[in-house]
Amino acid sequence: MANITNEQVALVRRVLEGDGRAPRAQRRAAFDNSGLTGPLRTLIEKVAKHADKVTDEDIAAARSSGLTEDQIFELAVCSAVGQATRQYETALAALEAATGGSTHASRHPR
Amino acid sequence: MRLAILDNGHRLRTKVLFGIIRAMSHFPVPDAVKLNRYRPDFYGLPMRVVTQKAMRGPSAWSVGDRELMGACVSQVNECNVCTKTHAGVAALAYRDDAKVSAVLADLETAPIDEPLRATIRMLRKLTREHAVDADDMRTVLAAGVSREQAEDAVAVCFVFNTVDRMSRTFGWVVSGPKAFEAGSRFLFARGYL
Repeated sequence: MANITNEQVALVRRVLEGDGRAPRAQRRAAFDNSGLTGPLRTLIEKVAKHADKVTDEDIAAARSSGLTEDQIFELAVCSAVGQATRQYETALAALEAATGGSTHASRHPR
Repeated sequence: MRLAILDNGHRLRTKVLFGIIRAMSHFPVPDAVKLNRYRPDFYGLPMRVVTQKAMRGPSAWSVGDRELMGACVSQVNECNVCTKTHAGVAALAYRDDAKVSAVLADLETAPIDEPLRATIRMLRKLTREHAVDADDMRTVLAAGVSREQAEDAVAVCFVFNTVDRMSRTFGWVVSGPKAFEAGSRFLFARGYL
């Protein structure tokens, strides 16, 4: 199977803990979609929950609030990876609950 | 794109690479490539590693199945660029345009196996509602999907739930049908690394 666990964790660690132009605490807040204020909060909430609704104005407002393009790039990445990670982990937990641990539940493996 | 740095902020050697891509493909450099090649150590490279493993690593799902799952997740996320591009890759992998079109038009009546149908149904719910529960997974397993296949499918979903958000946030566009075809052919032939 294509187990991506290690690679997925490496991605999350890189965007949250590695070097960046946005402070680590702000990257973590974007990843968690929690604890932000103002235009950045609006943008990050949209990236996480309604990315199809992001507008030019949302980006412009984040820029006007004092963020650089590099910081917006990093924080949008953190938001996207964060929400996708929560979806991924929720699904793995549901699978774990459905199979009762590491037992392979299907009687019809292909 | 909405951030100028993603259009023209790349280091010199990347700009040279983009010039080669434009000259050889006769198309603009895809926005997905521009994102992945901007400060690639931050996001592009680790994401490409995840993507290659999920989409081309060993799995009981075929490449076509995984590309079709990606297109279906992108459809829920209303990312037209990713839906069309990966539907195109799936059609190349299956050598069957009609099957892919049928799934995107109506999953319930499309001519695909029940395990794949049940899996895509679960991925769509996970994408739309941001969660699935144990009963959703039991339904998938009861359709004949192995635990490993279910894990592989949610890995594909992780990739597209990340990339679709990037696409819609940064405002990706594809210049036309020929550019879509070129992008799909490239991903089918070369993968994601």
